[in-house]
Amino acid sequence: MVIKFRQIIGLALLLPSFVMANVSEYQLNNGLKLIVKEDHRAPVVVSQVWYKVGSSYEHNGITGVSHMLEHMMFKGTENLGPNEFSQIIAANGGRENAFTGQDYTAYFQTLEKDRLAISFKLEAERMRKLIIDNAELVKERDVVVEERRMRTEDKPHALLREAFNATAFVNSPYHHPVIGWMSDINNYQAIDLQQWYQKWYAPNNAAVVVVGDVDADEVYALAKQYFGPLKPEITAQLKPQIEVEQKGKRTIEIHAPAKLPYMMMGWKVPVVNTLTDEPEWEPYALEVLAGILDGGNSTRFARDLVRGSEIAAGVSAGYDLFSRLAGLFLIAGTPVKGKTVADLQQAVITQIDLLKTELVTEQELKRIKVQVVTSAVYERDSVFYQGMQIGMLETVGLDWRLSDAYVENVQAVTMQQVQAVAKKYFVDRGLTIAELIPMPFGDQKVTMPVGEEYGH
Amino acid sequence: MVTNIVSFTVVILISLSAYASPNIEHWQTSNGAQVYFVAAPELAMIDVEVIFDAGSARDGQGSGTALMTNAMLNEGANGVSTDDIAAKFEDVGARFGNSSQRDMAMISLRSLTAEEQLTPALKMFSSVLTQADFPLTSFERLQKQMLIGLQAEKQSPSAIAARAFNTKLYGDHPYAAMPVGDDKSVKALNVESLKLFYQQYYVAKNAVIILVGAVTKQQAIAIANQVVAKLPTGKKAQAITKVDSIQTAEKIVIKHPSTQTHILMGQLGIKRSDADYFPLYVGNHILGGSGLVSQLSNEIREKRGLSYSVYSYFRPMRELGPYQFGLQTRNDQADEALSVLQNTLVSFIKNGVTAEELVAAKQNITGGFALRLDSNSKIAGYLAMMGFYGLPLDYLETFKDQVNSVTVEQIKEAYTRRVQADNMITVMVGGKK
Repeated sequence: MVIKFRQIIGLALLLPSFVMANVSEYQLNNGLKLIVKEDHRAPVVVSQVWYKVGSSYEHNGITGVSHMLEHMMFKGTENLGPNEFSQIIAANGGRENAFTGQDYTAYFQTLEKDRLAISFKLEAERMRKLIIDNAELVKERDVVVEERRMRTEDKPHALLREAFNATAFVNSPYHHPVIGWMSDINNYQAIDLQQWYQKWYAPNNAAVVVVGDVDADEVYALAKQYFGPLKPEITAQLKPQIEVEQKGKRTIEIHAPAKLPYMMMGWKVPVVNTLTDEPEWEPYALEVLAGILDGGNSTRFARDLVRGSEIAAGVSAGYDLFSRLAGLFLIAGTPVKGKTVADLQQAVITQIDLLKTELVTEQELKRIKVQVVTSAVYERDSVFYQGMQIGMLETVGLDWRLSDAYVENVQAVTMQQVQAVAKKYFVDRGLTIAELIPMPFGDQKVTMPVGEEYGH
Repeated sequence: MVTNIVSFTVVILISLSAYASPNIEHWQTSNGAQVYFVAAPELAMIDVEVIFDAGSARDGQGSGTALMTNAMLNEGANGVSTDDIAAKFEDVGARFGNSSQRDMAMISLRSLTAEEQLTPALKMFSSVLTQADFPLTSFERLQKQMLIGLQAEKQSPSAIAARAFNTKLYGDHPYAAMPVGDDKSVKALNVESLKLFYQQYYVAKNAVIILVGAVTKQQAIAIANQVVAKLPTGKKAQAITKVDSIQTAEKIVIKHPSTQTHILMGQLGIKRSDADYFPLYVGNHILGGSGLVSQLSNEIREKRGLSYSVYSYFRPMRELGPYQFGLQTRNDQADEALSVLQNTLVSFIKNGVTAEELVAAKQNITGGFALRLDSNSKIAGYLAMMGFYGLPLDYLETFKDQVNSVTVEQIKEAYTRRVQADNMITVMVGGKK
């Protein structure tokens, strides 16, 4: 499957534009890829610039640097002052932001359709002309420290998730958190950011995704005008960092101030991008399996664990088949009052065993497939989400056409294949379990009348 | 229920070329429900929302009643079990949703418009809405889950702050209670009181139906009728009591084992139908409502790096909603951050906005107007708000003009009259310095 996609990409490179459905793909001479999806439902356009860099590109000591750089991208360039990027977009009625993941860093603006050039002009500027000012970095580093406190330090579930990943992955860069370890954040220097920017921010390591009420060829002309003059960079070759084989169950505990217990279980599984000897259908069978367990209020977790036996207050299953590196099939949940984490884990294992010993029903399989087909229609209600799908696939080295193929590949999954992946991957050898053990804390309220201090 | 797409194409092309607001059709069902419909023929799907004036403002002494009533609807209807209701929706890929806040209680359905999907989905949806069974086993399970939810809330500094703030801000008014209730009130809930609540408030005259999707008006009329056909006509809910605007400044400090202190400051704000809505909305946009370019973001985040997120917003409701300011910062910086927040507000009220700031705000709000209506779900959200609060049908059409007509003087006058920097309720939840 991997080879097949390479061929499609190769073909695309040979042609000036590769048109499929209402999506057009182009490549500029400097290597920048442009993907345009025309959607004329509303007079708006979303423009997203995706860089192939994220926390999984980082090494120890500078973890989170991709995310820190994302913040610095708003802090000034050769021709833009700090925050001026945001001010210009705001003055043009736009919405903008950016996000960093394990496998990508992306920047986006949503604008009325005739203002796309503003986005392109600004994004082209910061693609090659960023200035890392030390004073700005020191301030923004504090902001990121606060962001980490808000997202992770003070959230027991997030703390557990972080420790869980650091246990399940030994040498894969999925070991460390996207936002970075606190000690690394506190010690970023301007040179770290400059080097990271130099290394990864170039037209040949980026994809521009545009979705909206636009004409694809006009967007291409605009892209050539603004991004065309940018020089490509010799980007670094990533090391494979293939996760060492897990050879036994790993369990950890996190003691943190909390009121409720919580647990996570994760099994090592392949993803589309990392398939070698495995059959191509395996990630799709795992996707269906996730749906059988937790694909709605009628599926097994809701029906049997939340209702039925009433063991779980909440329990969920998740699997990302389109990550860059091999990942995990995750199950997480909180037991009801009177039941323990061990009870919930046992109930989950019983559900997994059932998948191994009995074929899922035709009705369940059909229901999951229907939902995948209908979701593909619902997703088209959002131009932003359509862009996300394209950009995410593109940056992990897959092909955006896979979002269409996804529906077909899920349709092709059989009940035997679901059983086969359950047997093959849900084994203790590849299992990591993390438990949140609540540390009690008293709450105390002090009420004060307000006096002088408000007088200014 | 096959859609006639062709007949709509011309209409849509014209409206898009003018960047116009969607064409809203409004009528009433024979039993008195208000219907708002926008045809969106491009995608073969439909969103159906039914909103009742049945939020927690109607809870009376039984805090949590409205939320639990709403959550019970899909737990059993006309003899069909929770499991089977869920399966009937999901067999056709339909998405059922329910939610309940202070003013509104809502159920929603998203489905494809092809007959084999839409017909069974609507049938189930209508049954859930009009023939709810309120089974005891479900009630007991949901009650336990609500109690667990209340425990989860105690892990979250922001949720703790929100509860303390609302309790203080609203005193005896029904808005004081959280829609999820509290430990005591949830334990005291019972099925009989939920049924009474359902019978009183889930009635046609208390309902607003929103339809956005690939159907004709004739089909929309039929769908609306089908959805509420079995609802009793009933009565519109009575007006809720006015919010007593007398309040005194107070600072509430709650110790929590967190590395950050969450600060929530505010006072009473505006009604959805407020005469000062636009000057205050545009003014707040400049002060703390425009993300990274707001004054507060500039003072707290850009200049000082004190917080990742700082914001202010009016939450307009049927009666006076809150005007809230929020941020979160390392415990030992909390006093400094609060002081910057207060100073920024004081200076904003005293000095007002500059002409340049007002122009920039207007450009941002009006220049991105189309972004507010670029999906069926966003259009449905606006229709729900307009229909529920009885805003004029031309609200969206006149929105830009209303924003553009706001003056520097109006903002200053409205802020001086409505916002008192020395009369704020301030909640700080966090650890020791």
